[in-house]
Amino acid sequence: MVDSIVEKIVNGDVRTAAKLIGDIDNRVPGTREILKALYKHTGNAYIIGITGAPGAGKSTLVDEMVRDLRLQGKTVGVLAVDPTSPLSGGAILGDRVRMQRHSLDEGVFIRSLATRGQFGGLTQSTRSVIDVFDAMGKDYIIVETVGVGQDEIDIAKSAHTTVIVVVPGMGDHIQAIKAGIFEVGDIFVINKSDRSDANKTLHDFKAMIDITRKRSTNGGWEPPILMAEAVNNKGIVELLIEIEKHRKTRKALSPESIIHNKKAIAQLELIDMMKIRLVEEVLNHITNSLEFKECLDCIVDGTKDPYSACDELLSAKLPDGLQQS
Amino acid sequence: MSNNQRIKVLVSVIGLDGHFTGAEIVSRYLMDAGMEVVYLGIYQTPEMIVSAAIQENVDVIGISSHAANYEQINLLMELMKKNNFSVPVMCGGSIPPQDAEALIKKGVSKIFLPHSTSESIVDYIVSIVKK
Ligand SMILES: Nc1nc2c(ncn2[C@@H]2O[C@H](COP(=O)(O)OP(=O)(O)O)[C@@H](O)[C@H]2O)c(=O)[nH]1
Ligand SMILES: [Mg+2]
Repeated sequence: MVDSIVEKIVNGDVRTAAKLIGDIDNRVPGTREILKALYKHTGNAYIIGITGAPGAGKSTLVDEMVRDLRLQGKTVGVLAVDPTSPLSGGAILGDRVRMQRHSLDEGVFIRSLATRGQFGGLTQSTRSVIDVFDAMGKDYIIVETVGVGQDEIDIAKSAHTTVIVVVPGMGDHIQAIKAGIFEVGDIFVINKSDRSDANKTLHDFKAMIDITRKRSTNGGWEPPILMAEAVNNKGIVELLIEIEKHRKTRKALSPESIIHNKKAIAQLELIDMMKIRLVEEVLNHITNSLEFKECLDCIVDGTKDPYSACDELLSAKLPDGLQQS
Repeated sequence: MSNNQRIKVLVSVIGLDGHFTGAEIVSRYLMDAGMEVVYLGIYQTPEMIVSAAIQENVDVIGISSHAANYEQINLLMELMKKNNFSVPVMCGGSIPPQDAEALIKKGVSKIFLPHSTSESIVDYIVSIVKK
């Protein structure tokens, strides 16, 4: 069963992959076994992260990038992640609207994903979907995320090249500093540079990147700042050239620093994977229990405070060794 | 149902029809009901819709139709059959009774007229996906 699924995916079977991605997202039991078997077929794709505020033009940019990559004969997987509504748990995934021209191209697989995960976990599904695309043999995998939370920054860490998209004005630069994108960005794109205040944004960014550079060294890579107009197909060629340069710079690192980098990423991913499983399993275990529901009722009718409820639930539900920390 | 499971719906306007308001409002309803909506926008051909539905592994397809282009919906149904791909297809819009009947004959699972409530649409989707 696992073997035949893996074989189909490695042969690029779209339906099998699409179904597996759905199962990954729904945390269907048994999916992990497939991912385990699939893992040895990964590691060949080049992963590009595109992140930035909603409306910055990320999907439009991705659409143009895919077009150019296809002209070069490369196959592409696109993973477009949009936020889940915290109120309803639903989401509108609208990125495909900007990528319509690729919908009949067999060399392009586009998949939309909502952030979901009340306990975090965007990183986990996203990471696994990247593995599926990778095993399918895609040359490039482009991951579009809305760059606001820690999760998105973590995604950036597992991309080979992270592109940060900003637009002129709107105080975006302030938001950027808060989210720490200057540390994770390998390339900065000021999109919608048809706007009049684009040059001011360019200046602000240059200053910020200079400050960041003094704090961290990225193997000698100096993040370029590009101007683009995604809707007018301007700046895309330049962006792909910079991505290629960054790829070469990464390759040219000393063997020690390559191993060092690999270890750092493996550590991040492994911790992340364990964190999500732990939190998910423990919380599911607790929140599905009768005691949990009783505690909720008690808090609502005022007979118990949430602090005591928390302590009681954890001491009743966690194994002994985990209780003292 | 594990708490990570969500109903995934593809919403699209088909053919030469620029009326996107209905499709956008329904998308919003479905999101508010906790569903994930893959929104394709306007001017989608049956081929584009089928390809997207396969890649996105959706549970249901919702087609908005306000331009009397039922031939496109028929083509969509035929294409799905040809591709051996079956998920329920529902249509919404001002569709006259005799056309609605013809669409149902073609395999469309349900027609929603413009006055349909959001609850009726949500309830219907939940009922067919649970089946
Ligand atoms: N003026 C201008 N608008 C753009 C540019 N690039 C994208 N847009 C528009 O910005 C809006 C949001 O684009 P989208 O790609 O969906 O942004 P995303 O939310 O970051 O994925 C759309 O209406 C695009 O047409 C650009 O270079 N200049
Ligand atoms: Mg987008």
